[in-house]
Amino acid sequence: MTTAALDHGHDAHAHHTSLPIDNRKLAIWTFIASECLFFATLISTFMVYRDSTGTGPGPKDIFEVPLVTGGTAVLLFSSFFVVMALDGAQQGNRKKLLTWLSLTVLCGLFFAGMQVYEFWHFYHKGLGYSTNLFGSAFYTLTGFHGTHVALGTLWLATVLKDAIKGDLPPKKALNLEIAALYWHFVDVVWIIIFPVVYLMSLGR
Amino acid sequence: MATTVLEPAHAHVAKRSVLVDWLTTVDHKKIGIMYGAWAFLFFLIGGVEALIIRAQLAKPEASLVSPELYNQLFTMHGTTMIFLAVMPLSAMFFNFFIPLLIGARDVAFPRLNAMSLWVFVLGGLFLNASFLWGAPNGGWFGYAPLSSRQYSPGVNMDFWVIGLQILGIASLAAGVNFFTTILNMRARGMTLMRMPMFVWTTLITQVLVLLAFPVITVALILLMADRLFGTSFFSVAGGGDPMLWQHLFWVFGHPEVYILILPAFGIISEILPVFSRKPLFGYSAMVFSSSFIAFLGFGVWSHHMFSTGMGPLADSFFSLATMLIAIPTGVKIFNWIGTIWGGSVQLKTPMYFSIGFIAMFIMGGLSGVMHAVAPADLQQTDTYFVVAHFHYVLFGGSIFALTAGAYYWWPKMFGKMLDEGLGKLHFWLMMIAFNLTFFPMHFAGLLGMPRRIYTYPGGLGFDIYNLMATVGAFLLAGSLLVFMWNVIKTWRSDERAPADPWNGATLEWTIPSPPQEWNFAEEPVVAEKDPVWAMKRAAGTRQLPEPALVDGKGIHMPGPSWWPLIVSIGILVFFVGFMIKHTWAFPFGPVTIVGFALTVFGIFKWAYEPVDAHATHH
Amino acid sequence: MVIFALALAGCAGEYPQSTLSPKGDFAELVDAVFMKTVWWATVIFVVVEAGLLWAVFKFRGKPDDPEPKQIHGSTVVEIIWTVIPAAVLAFVAVPTVQTIFKTAEIPAATAEGGEPLKVEVTGHQWWWEFHYPELGIRTANELHVPVGRTIDLRMKTVDVLHSFWIPQFAGKRDVFPNRETRIWFTAKASGAYPGACAEFCGIQHGKMLFYVMADAPGDFEAWVTRMQTDTMPLVPPPAPMADSTALAASGPMAVDSAAPAVLAQAVDPKALEGEKLFTAKGCAGCHAVKSVNTPKVAVGPNLAGIGSRKMIAAGWMANTDANLKRWIMDPQGVKVGVKMPNLPMTDAEGDALVAYLRTLQ
Repeated sequence: MTTAALDHGHDAHAHHTSLPIDNRKLAIWTFIASECLFFATLISTFMVYRDSTGTGPGPKDIFEVPLVTGGTAVLLFSSFFVVMALDGAQQGNRKKLLTWLSLTVLCGLFFAGMQVYEFWHFYHKGLGYSTNLFGSAFYTLTGFHGTHVALGTLWLATVLKDAIKGDLPPKKALNLEIAALYWHFVDVVWIIIFPVVYLMSLGR
Repeated sequence: MATTVLEPAHAHVAKRSVLVDWLTTVDHKKIGIMYGAWAFLFFLIGGVEALIIRAQLAKPEASLVSPELYNQLFTMHGTTMIFLAVMPLSAMFFNFFIPLLIGARDVAFPRLNAMSLWVFVLGGLFLNASFLWGAPNGGWFGYAPLSSRQYSPGVNMDFWVIGLQILGIASLAAGVNFFTTILNMRARGMTLMRMPMFVWTTLITQVLVLLAFPVITVALILLMADRLFGTSFFSVAGGGDPMLWQHLFWVFGHPEVYILILPAFGIISEILPVFSRKPLFGYSAMVFSSSFIAFLGFGVWSHHMFSTGMGPLADSFFSLATMLIAIPTGVKIFNWIGTIWGGSVQLKTPMYFSIGFIAMFIMGGLSGVMHAVAPADLQQTDTYFVVAHFHYVLFGGSIFALTAGAYYWWPKMFGKMLDEGLGKLHFWLMMIAFNLTFFPMHFAGLLGMPRRIYTYPGGLGFDIYNLMATVGAFLLAGSLLVFMWNVIKTWRSDERAPADPWNGATLEWTIPSPPQEWNFAEEPVVAEKDPVWAMKRAAGTRQLPEPALVDGKGIHMPGPSWWPLIVSIGILVFFVGFMIKHTWAFPFGPVTIVGFALTVFGIFKWAYEPVDAHATHH
Repeated sequence: MVIFALALAGCAGEYPQSTLSPKGDFAELVDAVFMKTVWWATVIFVVVEAGLLWAVFKFRGKPDDPEPKQIHGSTVVEIIWTVIPAAVLAFVAVPTVQTIFKTAEIPAATAEGGEPLKVEVTGHQWWWEFHYPELGIRTANELHVPVGRTIDLRMKTVDVLHSFWIPQFAGKRDVFPNRETRIWFTAKASGAYPGACAEFCGIQHGKMLFYVMADAPGDFEAWVTRMQTDTMPLVPPPAPMADSTALAASGPMAVDSAAPAVLAQAVDPKALEGEKLFTAKGCAGCHAVKSVNTPKVAVGPNLAGIGSRKMIAAGWMANTDANLKRWIMDPQGVKVGVKMPNLPMTDAEGDALVAYLRTLQ
């Protein structure tokens, strides 16, 4: 589905658009609107089942807030980093672009790694995918978010590869901009997931 | 194509075989034709399923098919007609005509468009391949817990839960594509309020797809997890709630109804003005009522669940919200009649089907209001009364409108006119057969015949209505044979259609039939609604000069690509992988990983494919 | 639609599963609001269809006709045809909401009917279980109710969703495994009323039927008494045999010879054989033959009173000896997929089981 953004508008130079926005940018916004419903449904499902812990471990038994807070901070920073990288790309400032974009990719990797560690850790604390509904809903929601982070990181890494090869001049900065839009969305979803899944579950 | 006559094509273009040409095309018109052809094939399969169902129900206590096969047939009939027939038949018109109606040379993302097509085709083939192992048998609505592994142990519902996810990808990709295309690719001067009504209803349909399909996707993912990975989202034993499935399904399911009918509204709104020679009555009211219907469509899902006992407050809310929909729908019907009123009505086949559409849709709308009366719905829900209602909406509505569209736009798509005499025979046969099939079902339902029963005891009063419906169904199949005969006859005829056979109002009638690859030699400029009528009025003629074919020099068109097809195959393999038993500790096996790798690889190659590499004309 | 309305009038009162001939208060309330809607719909249908056809007929044109007047719309007209349907809908909406609230409440005790009678309904693939908690009775597929007394149904399922529906008494109510749903009705006339499962529930959804037997209050009492009487084994227990041996030793021979003779006359030997088979073949593993003191949720339908039921196989077949035998010997042939297996059984064994089941009145 992310291919929407990868498909170059078929004729970039000769074409006018009816709205003052590039096709690809409009498409990624549209895709994000659709994704909102996807995550809204997953989050609602989690809310319905977060107390269904059965005999298995519940939020209080497994969640480690400091680690996740760290991950959240890293993901939030990465949104700032990618803005800096985009600024570099638009100015044609290669050093700025490469530095901040590399940092963004590193943040993505760190967050994905954190989630892998977290899943592994929870699994060894007795929370399998089908142990209880809390676990199933938790893994499904955060797993899909994690997949989005991983794909986003892959996407940004591809743009970084282009940038390193010198194939991201200011007039192609849009390639980074749409990836960045998607990346911001992934962050925003996490900003909802973090309090709803971790903090509110612990506060009950 | 005409271009090859006018200009010797590039060597590499000429070498491509016809098959490769169609497999790799990114031309919205070819994609549209393929959508139509595949959807029609699936429509015939769904129709045969319906005929077997009707044959089984012709008399009480029949045993033509086993109960198991019967359940597979009605599940596949519903799933096929909704996802593989009506939706893609609408998509055929989106693909072929949205760019033409808005004056564009293609959609915003031609390769993504090709991918939507191939994912749909492969998903449809996958769903139908299930008959080799055991087709889905839990109803198109897949209610939990019947759809769980415990109560549906075979692969049947795995095909369903995976097939619908695949088809969802096609719909969502097309949704993004057409939303962007309509908002951003309009000809200069074509403001939103100058767009043809079909473009409006398509735009609204895409919004519904984009907001409703993610919900069913999540529901299907959760059900798939229940079935394949041992979770219990909808299984009571593990603490799950079957009601969650119903809510998620209908939050999608009701907007889906409008996804099926709004394109039909649009087609009718194009045809009526042309054959009444008078603009659409109350254009802005039509835009607002369509939008309002779509908006309300998200707030009425629980009217499918009155019998679950939600309590009087919820029942009242959903009853009244549903009744509200009757108001904008009524406005549309009155505006259509208002369009005809005072016009100069030309009774050609497309007009016959459009009038038939209005007449039948009124019927379906009124029985819909009866369902909105929650206490009455307690008697009608899950009976043949409901079956009658939604066939009046989906067949009397969508299929009549799609047929009207086929007769109307056939000359533009293929450069030949369908035969008027056969067209009218098709209409009258279909009209009579349709009513003979579905009208008696109202009575069967009111006399207490539940849906989805493979047989029934005699003597309850609905035997005769079932027999009538069965006779009607076979006649209805006959009317389709007339249509196919018409298509073959037209195919073999040498008579060419003019560019503008109907005195059309919209941009597609200014270009040759069939259009050249780039649609418009000159990008059109629009100054008002019904731009072609305006042009004719300015020129003081009713018939513009036949447009000349051009050689297309200097027009940049996207080249063909294999990657959309390859990515689609990757997506199919990815999902099929979930059905293959493996011994890994993870919930996925090697086939899934291969599919994923192929998809990602294809997307990379796609992203880096030079867009103009194969451009036909420089 | 006119034909429709006329046919509706024609249909009423003819057929036992019809929603158009209500025989209970709930169904009457529903029918009233439905008929109101139908009449409005008929009026609208006639007016709009006539308008459509009139427009098409009146404004037919020839290809060469001059261009008609180009009208783009009229705000006044738009407002009129927005307001009129809204007003008509109000006439439907008000009785709808009233009926929703009326049918939501289970009526309080009445002078003639007394307290509502509670019945716990349990859906099974593919039959219905009925339990009267106040009477201690459990039965299956035929729900006996007294005429004139409100029945308060509390429903669940042990497996997939079903929907409980007796068209002449009330609308449908779905049953769920994890929550209780309720519906109510008061029968107004005695008789046998067919009902059906109305939620697709698997391979035999089509044959998940049942009957409501609305009995005159006295008949209902008699049925309750019969059900409450514990079903006794047919064969006299060994103890009386020991007694008769003792009697034989002590005195008159007449008693000794007369007692078995009376028994042999009263109980068909085939039924005695059938009773043994009922246990030997494993039938008793799933089916209780008494209505009282039975397990909370049955595996198979309770068979107390099966001998005098109207239908067998969950409302599917008339309760004749031939049908019953076929059902016992070849359940998979009658309803493929049901939990009752085809047991190895001779023809004579089939007859014996039928004879035994006939004794369960």
